[in-house]
Amino acid sequence: MSEAKKPVLEVRNLSVTLPKGADREFAVDKVSFTVNPGEIVCLVGESGSGKSVIAFTVMGLLAKALKPSSGEILLQGENILAASEGRLRELRCTRMSMIFQEPMTALNPVMTCGEQIDEVLNTHTSLDAAQRKAKIIAILDRVKLPEPERIYASYPHQLSGGQRQRIMIAMALVLDPVLLIADEPTTALDVTTQAEILKLIAELQATEGTGVLFITHDFGVVAEIAHRVAVLRWGGLVEMGPTEQILSRPEHAYTKMLISSVPSIHPVHRGARKEGITVLRTEKLGKVYSGKSFFQKARVVKAAVDVDLDIRKGETLGIVGESGSGKSTVARCIARLIDPTDGKVFLGDTEIATMPAGKLRPHRRKVQIVFQDPYRSMNPRITVGEFIIEGPMNFGLKRDEAMARARKLMETVRLDPNSLDRYPHQFSGGQRQRICIARALAMEPELLIADEAVSALDVSVQKQVLELLDEIRQRLNLAVLFITHDLRVAAQICDYVAVMSKGRVVEYGSAEQVFGAPRDDYTKALFAAAPGRHWEFGKFATA
Amino acid sequence: MLDFIARRLVAIIPVLTVVAVLVFLMLRLTPGDPAAVIAGDNATSDQINDIREKLGLNEPIWTQFAIWIGNILQGNFGESFFFKKTVAELIAQRIEPTLALAMCTLIFAVCVSVPLGVLAAYRQGSVLDRIVMAFCVMGFSVPGFVIGYCLIYVFAIELGWLPVQGYIRIGVNFWQFLERMVLPSLTLSVGFIALISRITRASVLEVLNEDYIRTARAKGLSSRVVLMRHALRNAAVPILTVIGLGVAILIGGAVVTESVFGLPGLGRLTVEAVLSRDFPTIQTVILMFSVVYVVVNLLIDISYTVFDPRIRY
Repeated sequence: MSEAKKPVLEVRNLSVTLPKGADREFAVDKVSFTVNPGEIVCLVGESGSGKSVIAFTVMGLLAKALKPSSGEILLQGENILAASEGRLRELRCTRMSMIFQEPMTALNPVMTCGEQIDEVLNTHTSLDAAQRKAKIIAILDRVKLPEPERIYASYPHQLSGGQRQRIMIAMALVLDPVLLIADEPTTALDVTTQAEILKLIAELQATEGTGVLFITHDFGVVAEIAHRVAVLRWGGLVEMGPTEQILSRPEHAYTKMLISSVPSIHPVHRGARKEGITVLRTEKLGKVYSGKSFFQKARVVKAAVDVDLDIRKGETLGIVGESGSGKSTVARCIARLIDPTDGKVFLGDTEIATMPAGKLRPHRRKVQIVFQDPYRSMNPRITVGEFIIEGPMNFGLKRDEAMARARKLMETVRLDPNSLDRYPHQFSGGQRQRICIARALAMEPELLIADEAVSALDVSVQKQVLELLDEIRQRLNLAVLFITHDLRVAAQICDYVAVMSKGRVVEYGSAEQVFGAPRDDYTKALFAAAPGRHWEFGKFATA
Repeated sequence: MLDFIARRLVAIIPVLTVVAVLVFLMLRLTPGDPAAVIAGDNATSDQINDIREKLGLNEPIWTQFAIWIGNILQGNFGESFFFKKTVAELIAQRIEPTLALAMCTLIFAVCVSVPLGVLAAYRQGSVLDRIVMAFCVMGFSVPGFVIGYCLIYVFAIELGWLPVQGYIRIGVNFWQFLERMVLPSLTLSVGFIALISRITRASVLEVLNEDYIRTARAKGLSSRVVLMRHALRNAAVPILTVIGLGVAILIGGAVVTESVFGLPGLGRLTVEAVLSRDFPTIQTVILMFSVVYVVVNLLIDISYTVFDPRIRY
């Protein structure tokens, strides 16, 4: 190996101990890998696999409760685990930098972006104010932020998520470090923004020869950006190799399972539309938010405009769109969690959009929602049983009947009926989402709304929950409104798809039609941005 | 912004109206007759009635209220029943010690409690943190006069470092003024320090868990810079809020502290006025305290914008 090709990062036999009482002994268990100059290495794994812990250990930013217990981390040959806090500070941002998942919260809200980058230069260099400013403007330009001067003086809250992530990248790369650690840097971003950021990282990294340690849970992103992939599970390295090899010829069963769980972007053939009763129909549904102020000009936000949808019994309609597209607003208007400002919503034959709250109550039962975050949508202080029966009892069912129904539903969602007296924290995320589904079903709804219901789950769990939802839809002949930002998920579960952008439905048709031959420019752009769209996951070459 | 200030200032009017009505009613509806106090123990009921007539206390209660409000709107706060001076003169005379005490306490308390709270948060769980927290509990629970007398005993009587009580005007002799301010300010600031350091600790602790603190550390900044530049400024809003609310503690505490240390301030004036049922004085002092409270909190709200650019009115 030539001098230039010496690895920038070598992790040897690294173990990190978890505090006593955790579910396992090691957060990271004897992991070894290298990152070479100019190379992007992806650490892939589900939640709890230890991938972020590795990143934080390299930066020396581990939480106090976690302790590296063995091994070495060599940054250009220097053992970081043995370095003093002062030495680590010198290395940060000069030789190794890190960007984080949440660009919304990773920047200090009370300092301008320019000041925040300036801090880096002020700490690590002896440049004077004018030189620093020139360097910052140059790097802002390099990460392709428009009007660098204006951005320099802006506060983070004045920028979009993608722009903030560019600021983070500028901050990380301003001193040309040899190693960039990117911890799920695009997970919180919209798919089109994600594509731009991934492209930017790859470009900058290639021109400077930076080694990148890229942490992700998304195989689409892996296919898009990685040179080599390391798969982690429970803190241990499962297997490692070039991207093409891992994705198409994985050796380990776990890797195979993980990759086959990635939903395909090609929709499954659902057959012709069955004749069925229309459960829900919206007519020119609209929601306008206006911030009225006595002296100021009223701010008007059109969250949903002229939305026409219909769902028949036994059918799944997906609403797909990026953040701010109005997809959740539509769902909430349909469930009358918020009041629509225009148009009509027919639930069966009943118009509910303008119905006063008092009369609405009997209809509430018919529409039930499963929310995104199963950790926060359950009251931690009541048992799962109480959680499920609360609704039916509210509508007059006797306690023992409601309990019997809950037991049956637990079986339906494949959980142990005897665990009804347990509390939410005793269940995993996937199990909680099943419980939320059971809760919604306990009301015997006509329409089930799933609002990003699988977005917070790991792919393997996501797959199971999706299968469960589809099975329930078939068995109960239920109408499902499925809100998601994830095209792959939509392709797998939806009969019909409505693509929303800026409050409007820009394309509406059967999943096969929309995915197979998109007509609208926005839809096309959305598909073009989907990471790993050229890769058919789970079709492994026979070994 | 100007719009916001204007609206807030207009909002003072209903607050003051409510305060005025309540104070006025409470004074008239509780037992105790100022005329009887003025006339002394040996007065006949005719003499007392004469005095009542002279003070206007025989008028129906609503007429009295209307006269009082009418006078206030003309800038006339009335004449004290007892001190033979206008209330305005009385307050002008007594305001300096109270203002001085409040300022000294505020400055001292903020200078001590904010760094203490930040340190306690930074070293959460350490001995220092525990000492600060223990001090906070003590500061909340021990009454001001107890602290005052203890301080007097130790520093004035046993050690003889400072005078026991009294007040020297700031213009007369600054050094002696300062000497006489030390113990009262210390006494009054104990509760205040407890309150602010507790809220500072809690607020900084919360901010230290934020992602941007992690970013700041990932930039290679020193702990001091992370703490003072990134954490404290983000933690400022709740701290400021509590300082604003704490002004009420200051006002209440001034009454006790001024009595203990013999400061001729508004606090003691209030006590004297209440004991002698000096209606015009009590009413005016209380109205003034409410104006101060509302204005201080308006200033605090405005100061938020300095610390947090996201807050715009």
